[in-house]
Amino acid sequence: MDPVTQTLKRVGVPSEINPPDANALEMALQLKDRLGTEVVVLSMGPTSFDESLERAVAMGADRSVLLTDRILGGSDTVPTAYALSETIQKIGGYDLLLCGEETTDASTGHVGPGIAGHLDVPQITYASEIRIVDGKVRARRTAEDGTEWWETTMPCLCTVNFGCNRPREPTLTGKIRVKRGGLVTHWSCADVGIDPKKVGLFNSPTIVAKVDTVRLPSRSGQIFSGEPEESVRKLLASLVADRVIGA
Amino acid sequence: MTDGHPVEDKSHFHGVWVFLEHRKLGLRDVSAQLIGEGRRLADLRGTTLTGVLPGHGVDDLARHAIGYGLDRVIVVDDPILETYASRPYSQVMAQLIRRHKPEIVLYGASKNGRDLGGRLHAILETGLAADCVKFDVDAEGNLDMIRPSFGGKSLAHILCKKHRPQMASVRRNVFVAPPHDPTRTGEVVRETVTLTPADVDAALLEFEEFTKEGGLQPEQADIVVSGGYGLGDSKNFAMLQELADLLGGAVAASRKAVDSGWVPKMIQVGQTGMTVRPKLYIAVGISGAVQHLAGMQESDKIVVINLDPKAPLFEIADYGIVGDLFEVVPEMIRQLRALRATGAFVPQAVPAAAR
Repeated sequence: MDPVTQTLKRVGVPSEINPPDANALEMALQLKDRLGTEVVVLSMGPTSFDESLERAVAMGADRSVLLTDRILGGSDTVPTAYALSETIQKIGGYDLLLCGEETTDASTGHVGPGIAGHLDVPQITYASEIRIVDGKVRARRTAEDGTEWWETTMPCLCTVNFGCNRPREPTLTGKIRVKRGGLVTHWSCADVGIDPKKVGLFNSPTIVAKVDTVRLPSRSGQIFSGEPEESVRKLLASLVADRVIGA
Repeated sequence: MTDGHPVEDKSHFHGVWVFLEHRKLGLRDVSAQLIGEGRRLADLRGTTLTGVLPGHGVDDLARHAIGYGLDRVIVVDDPILETYASRPYSQVMAQLIRRHKPEIVLYGASKNGRDLGGRLHAILETGLAADCVKFDVDAEGNLDMIRPSFGGKSLAHILCKKHRPQMASVRRNVFVAPPHDPTRTGEVVRETVTLTPADVDAALLEFEEFTKEGGLQPEQADIVVSGGYGLGDSKNFAMLQELADLLGGAVAASRKAVDSGWVPKMIQVGQTGMTVRPKLYIAVGISGAVQHLAGMQESDKIVVINLDPKAPLFEIADYGIVGDLFEVVPEMIRQLRALRATGAFVPQAVPAAAR
């Protein structure tokens, strides 16, 4: 198995890896520990993301690729999945694509399955454990009502459950590798061969037409303070009087 | 501003569709809830409401689903489709959507709904808005898909003007399921879709259902006791569990408590967790980020317990106690026990029928 391509989706804060993506990276690094595979980190965004990509290398990834181009700005999940798929194909030779289950800002969870759809590869979402058995991928998927074990062939894509592992810290040797440089590659859309007519704000199917501030529903709002014994007595009496509790 | 190249003349697209999710021949709650909202949108648009049901041996389920307000159900029956799988289901949906051209397709924002919708929207190259909390139709007849915006401090109106279908996902419990009418009549249409063994690209080896022994789940509970960052440690959730047990309720948590590693993500309430609408929501040590509100503001009664009188959650409280939760919660437990000991009082949610 060689190499593993790791997709890091948009990073909300420049200096921070989207937390679910950090779980995906840790999953990739654990597979590398066991199987000695190559781990390539991929992200799309401005060059301020370099800091996160360097951190990923310092944690143990072999190298990083940043797809960075002004024309990508404002892309919704459709162009994002398309552009990342094209970049993955340019990197080439992948067996397993790992994504975080979602970003913690937009939290759609649509880009990972979107990439699998573009590349026409099998997908297993919300994986909390991944094993390679007889050249196949076995993943434990957490559904709402239970746990599923799925098996599929490679190449494939898995999205990784947020919080399923504890991402490691960068190592000293990793930091030295970053210092030596050359492990974060920047590609533009032209470098990858991405169609400019299929990316960016204007080529995204969805737009944000307007944004409303949230108006909270008004409530009666009786607030008790003072001695806990008295406050609790008043609260419970009110709940009983309202027929919320008690029978 | 223009947005996107039109894939096809949108006037060719008609009808509202709901993807019907099922497990073990039972319709998922979120699908029944979506039928209710889909009915409203179909009526607004003056069009029909269709449920799409890929599965195996699901004719009874199709007829049952009609009772929630569908005009018809498209059944695609194949042993391959017995349980949800990404590729076969997205093949079925892509082929049916290309064949019938619905204008709107709604999915549950469940694990399977996201898995399917995410793959499908890339294949169809059309918009998919996640976690919508409200829908409207604009003057041009576009679906106004309203969802919490990225920061969670506001609501964003998402439009998909030039691409069809307009697709959106909705979480469980955002809408209330309409009453089921077993006498409602509708059409069950069986359709065939080309599926080959090559479409079975992943195998479900094992399914282990969560046991209910883990306690009542917040989404099912009438009373939810939810803990936040103020709890300070995982061991302090035992106190909330005790309170929840006394009330016959379930324990939930804010994202900060989950991110701190005190409790599993499975019980997280809020924008990136679950949505609950219990009869009583007791927020303990939760300051009330808007993301948290998104998951609980529809609760019938909200009780807030916080040391900080300026905690934003007090603004939507029906009742609040300003005080140290480590004094207030044990006091609640003590008084509830005392009330129960009198024998005249069962400290549980009053059944809806009795109110």
